[in-house]
Amino acid sequence: MMKVVFERPKSMFPVPTHYCPGCGHGIVHRLLAEVIDEFGIRERVVGVAPVGCAVLIYNYINCDMYEAAHGRAPAIATGCKRVHPDLILFTYQGDGDLASIGTAEIIHAANRGENITVLFLNNAVYGMTGGQMAPTTILGQRTTTSPLGRSPKREGYPIRIAEMLATLEGATYIARVAVHNPRAIIAAKKALKKAFEVQINGLGFSLVEFLSPCPTGWGMSSTEAPKWVEEKMIPSFPLGEFKVPKSEKSVK
Amino acid sequence: MGEKVLITGNEAIGEAAIRAGCRFFFGYPITPQNKIPEYLSYRLPQVGGCFIQAESEIAAIYMVFGAAGAGARVLTSSSGPGISLKQEGISYISAAELPCVIVNVMRAGPGLGGILPSQSDYFQATKGGGHGDYHLLVLAPSTVQETVNLVMDAFDLADKYRNPVIVLADGYIGQMMEPVEFKGRPPKELSAKDWTVTGAKNRPRNLIKSLYLDPEELEQHNLKLHRKYLEMAKNDVRVETYLTDDAEIIIAAYGTVARIAKTAIKILREKGIKVGMVRPITVFPFPYETFTEISEKVDDILVVEMSLGQMIEDVKLGVCGRANVHFYGRVGGMVPTYDEIVREIEKIKRSQV
Amino acid sequence: MVGKIVINKELCKGCALCVGACPQKLIVVAEEINSKGYHPAEFVDSNGVCTGCILCALMCPEVAIEVFREEKT
Repeated sequence: MMKVVFERPKSMFPVPTHYCPGCGHGIVHRLLAEVIDEFGIRERVVGVAPVGCAVLIYNYINCDMYEAAHGRAPAIATGCKRVHPDLILFTYQGDGDLASIGTAEIIHAANRGENITVLFLNNAVYGMTGGQMAPTTILGQRTTTSPLGRSPKREGYPIRIAEMLATLEGATYIARVAVHNPRAIIAAKKALKKAFEVQINGLGFSLVEFLSPCPTGWGMSSTEAPKWVEEKMIPSFPLGEFKVPKSEKSVK
Repeated sequence: MGEKVLITGNEAIGEAAIRAGCRFFFGYPITPQNKIPEYLSYRLPQVGGCFIQAESEIAAIYMVFGAAGAGARVLTSSSGPGISLKQEGISYISAAELPCVIVNVMRAGPGLGGILPSQSDYFQATKGGGHGDYHLLVLAPSTVQETVNLVMDAFDLADKYRNPVIVLADGYIGQMMEPVEFKGRPPKELSAKDWTVTGAKNRPRNLIKSLYLDPEELEQHNLKLHRKYLEMAKNDVRVETYLTDDAEIIIAAYGTVARIAKTAIKILREKGIKVGMVRPITVFPFPYETFTEISEKVDDILVVEMSLGQMIEDVKLGVCGRANVHFYGRVGGMVPTYDEIVREIEKIKRSQV
Repeated sequence: MVGKIVINKELCKGCALCVGACPQKLIVVAEEINSKGYHPAEFVDSNGVCTGCILCALMCPEVAIEVFREEKT
């Protein structure tokens, strides 16, 4: 008799998404819902949606949510968490939202050690608005606002958020993962679970940066985009855990 | 419980918020309101509250968004430049129908401007400094005691309308010490906050958002907000009329300038010139009717502001041409003195003959 | 047959990430189109070699694939 071994997580509404074919958001949404289910925390989770492709995340994840102004999700999450410290807060933000307009908010939320978990989707462009350059656009990458390819002289360098935040003592768990192939996705889920575990145990600020394919924004097919993540993005954004809770270090 | 204390306006604002049940403050240093965050940074922990000095006024207003969405009574305060930074957030808070109290201890603008008192943020507060059709309920106190009363009222009004309320003080009111009584007040019965995000336990999940991609839906949402503003105009206009019954000339002034005007009125009456005053306490909703009625009885109204003329536009809307509306203003932190006001009234008096 | 998958053709957007992920190459892009005009993925396992390894489902951004495995009685 056939037993189901993989199905839609309970915390995810059974609806189609608005994302483009091959977009990484759908994968990360599923990982998030799986982690929520596995920790059994759906009824005490509050999410903060960004402005960007994932603004409609609340149509897909079944929990209380805010919709933030562009870049301000960490501040909103701070406000909520301070009122209800028992809730599990996550923000879900893109690279334009977090690494551009929202840099002050994410740095200071991390620096205050806010007990929240941030899912940071780095797809190297502004997706929702049509593929403009983002702070994480890599060198040489053409976008609708770096038509000649990003050059340090004109547009500066891609910002490495994970490494940057890892220098802050308030940050407890910082990792960068990717969702461009099954092995990476399995590792990504492990990191996300660790991040939520840090929050559940009240150990402070956690963030997972997901390198995520954006076929439409990159002008590629859905099957080429994952290769671009492997060959182009990962060299600019090395994967790994940049900060882990102290207790874990001693355990290892 | 009402003990009398000598206290600065800024600190009184902080204490009033606490007495109104506010347990969350998110702010940022800016003169002349610094005593508010300073006071609350030690007072809030005493009552189990939470104080955060945010990285910017922008972050502060969105922490307010988060805390208000979680159902807490929450305060933020700033001055001109900081209030400008908060405008986008205030528009979002209005759109998401979140109750909160914002205090603007006004200082001279524009730009970095100065740190002395002014009333040049009137338009920003009453005509909406952010994007979209929205309004704040705007309260304008003129004494420290009234500031305390209005801050406490502000929390009830914010919850009543699920709308941000802004208290327009100024550097004078904030930094001046006056005797103040913190009278206890019976809690207002307000509707339960079943819309907050507190974890979807035994209920469908809640959303705090303002995106409506469907234009029909967004129009309905705008009309819903608009009905609130009409309700405010119907139920919550507050205005003081001072010696207006026998007045031949009326002064229109609010906040600190209204106090100065009362001295001028006393001097003028001693000189046999009967002057009265209309003092708006809510500048949104504005007391248009009061000005309509008064303009039937007098030919001249002198609007006095610490600006180059902002409230005068609303006065004119109320007067609607039935009387001459004159203006006298000082800006940059200069404050009109009572003898300047006396001189302006005497000029009008001479022109009446 | 140790495993099998069921693809929700209406949710599928024909991104074909599952096609590349399947070690046994058991998924193809269908000829017909779904109501949104996408060519959905199609599971073709005539020799019953699918092991239910879930790699395809891991890759699917639309959560359109359910995976089943033979219960060892």
